[in-house]
Amino acid sequence: MCIVSVISVISVAKNVCPNLVWSDLEAKKSMKLNFRVNGVEREIDAPPMKRLLDALREDLRLTGTKEGCGEGECGACSVIVDGEALNSCLAPVCQMQNANIITVEGLARDGKLDPLQQAFLECGAAQCGICTPGMLIAARALLDANRRPSRDEIKEAIAGNLCRCTGYVKIIDAIEQAASAA
Amino acid sequence: MQKFEYASPTTKEQAVALLGKSWGETEVLAGGTDLLSLMKDFIVTPKRVVNIKGIAELSLIRMPRNGSANIGALVTIEQLIDTLGRGFPAITDAAKGITSPQIRNMGTVGGDLLQRPRCWYYRAGFGLLPKGENGEPLVANGDNRYHAILGNDGEAKFVNPSSLAPALIALNAKIKIFGPAGGREVAADKFFVAPRSDSDREYTLEPNEIVMGISIPPTLGVRSATYEVRQKEALDWPLAAASVALTLDAAKKVKAARIALGHVAPTPWLAEAAAEYLTGKTINEDVAAEAGKIALAGAKPLSRNAYKVQLARVAVKRAILQAAG
Ligand SMILES: Cc1cc2nc3c(=O)[nH]c(=O)nc-3n(C[C@H](O)[C@H](O)[C@H](O)COP(=O)(O)OP(=O)(O)OC[C@H]3O[C@@H](n4cnc5c(N)ncnc54)[C@H](O)[C@@H]3O)c2cc1C
Ligand code: FES
Ligand code: FES
Repeated sequence: MCIVSVISVISVAKNVCPNLVWSDLEAKKSMKLNFRVNGVEREIDAPPMKRLLDALREDLRLTGTKEGCGEGECGACSVIVDGEALNSCLAPVCQMQNANIITVEGLARDGKLDPLQQAFLECGAAQCGICTPGMLIAARALLDANRRPSRDEIKEAIAGNLCRCTGYVKIIDAIEQAASAA
Repeated sequence: MQKFEYASPTTKEQAVALLGKSWGETEVLAGGTDLLSLMKDFIVTPKRVVNIKGIAELSLIRMPRNGSANIGALVTIEQLIDTLGRGFPAITDAAKGITSPQIRNMGTVGGDLLQRPRCWYYRAGFGLLPKGENGEPLVANGDNRYHAILGNDGEAKFVNPSSLAPALIALNAKIKIFGPAGGREVAADKFFVAPRSDSDREYTLEPNEIVMGISIPPTLGVRSATYEVRQKEALDWPLAAASVALTLDAAKKVKAARIALGHVAPTPWLAEAAAEYLTGKTINEDVAAEAGKIALAGAKPLSRNAYKVQLARVAVKRAILQAAG
């Protein structure tokens, strides 16, 4: 229905079908997006090429997800979308329609830390902490897909996450510990 | 970011009707891992962004029993690795090298082939063929340590950034395209070109065409491999890479060979003389090394990247040895 009219909509009236045609020329017209974040249905109005990172931090005030490089090179901004870790700094929010998103705030349940968070604490796997939310997310995505990863598989899973403090060994130890505790 | 219109078609016909007739007017959006950065930094400033994610057929994968594969443009790199399994090592070796799980989960096959060059002058806004205020060539006179060593006689000095492209070329794959006049196919080795002006692109796609996917011919009996030389194992593009496909006869002599290099020229680089040299030979370390030398015989390094010549020779040698197994 709406779809068929897209082509003409663009040339005539940009406000007929805001979900399909959007124009920043009229800045008020952003796009309505629905997705689930940490189990809660959310709706936001956002420009389509807004970074998921900014939508989470600014629109939803979920500031646990960090920005390091903004270029896909550090992994601090990692979140899980439909079961897979990705960089929220490179993800246009328009691609998140109906997605199921998990951020670091969604790891602890009912006041109880995720086994990974507990293991990071016990192993001293966080120093300055800026990489920690992204590391936890990359590790969670790994353990959800592979309950007993080898050390090499752990290294590969966090290959997109940069840590300038720990030297990685304690992070790998912590992920291994969480896997064996589960 | 510049103001733009956004459209989200659900068919390929709608998508191409929404695209402009000249480059710069419109951009296609797939995973967005490259386009978002390009728009944020004002390197591309389209008036309209056409999101192709709603076109269901672009996510399809078909793997008939004859050993061929048809992969839709929206298939992610990670899905590509999972689906291809063991039958196409040149492609899966290359795909696994792509940086990080996060990028592989978001980046698509089409987006990998069409990602724009990483040349730092281009990314800093000096154009594809970067020039200074007085028209002087910035790359030739500047910091060109990661730039082209082959095919750099013209003004284009960047390297093609796609890790998948050389592997697809080695395996004789085709790129499937759809435009206003319908569908067409281009051999992967004919798809990439060195641009002659800042408003040209690095590929032969028309501005109002989209890449539908890739088709890989049957690879039964083909031994293939990709070897990459990287500064670090993650979070960066290779310094040089080689993809090789070999068929051997009963006596283990090479019946046919194809060798394509990546990250050394403005396009993926087909090393025809090196492949010809291999034909009829039994692969061993010396033969593979000699093929590496032949592949780089025409190299013309710039002021700061002579080191890449040796890296590329070694990539060719090791890819051949790996493929011959
Ligand atoms: C830190 C980092 C390291 C990386 N390392 C590597 C590496 O080692 N090797 C490598 O190969 N890549 C590497 N990449 C690049 C990555 O693979 C690409 O960004 C990704 O594959 C692009 O896919 P996408 O779907 O996100 O593309 P998008 O960003 O959506 O699109 C990229 C370009 O292609 C066009 N496009 C996309 N799909 C189509 C289509 N179907 N038809 C027409 N046009 C289309 C877009 O208009 C745009 O110009 C790296 C990226 C980062 C951030
Ligand atoms: S902020 Fe996203 S990868 Fe660094
Ligand atoms: S703890 Fe500081 S960057 Fe990892």
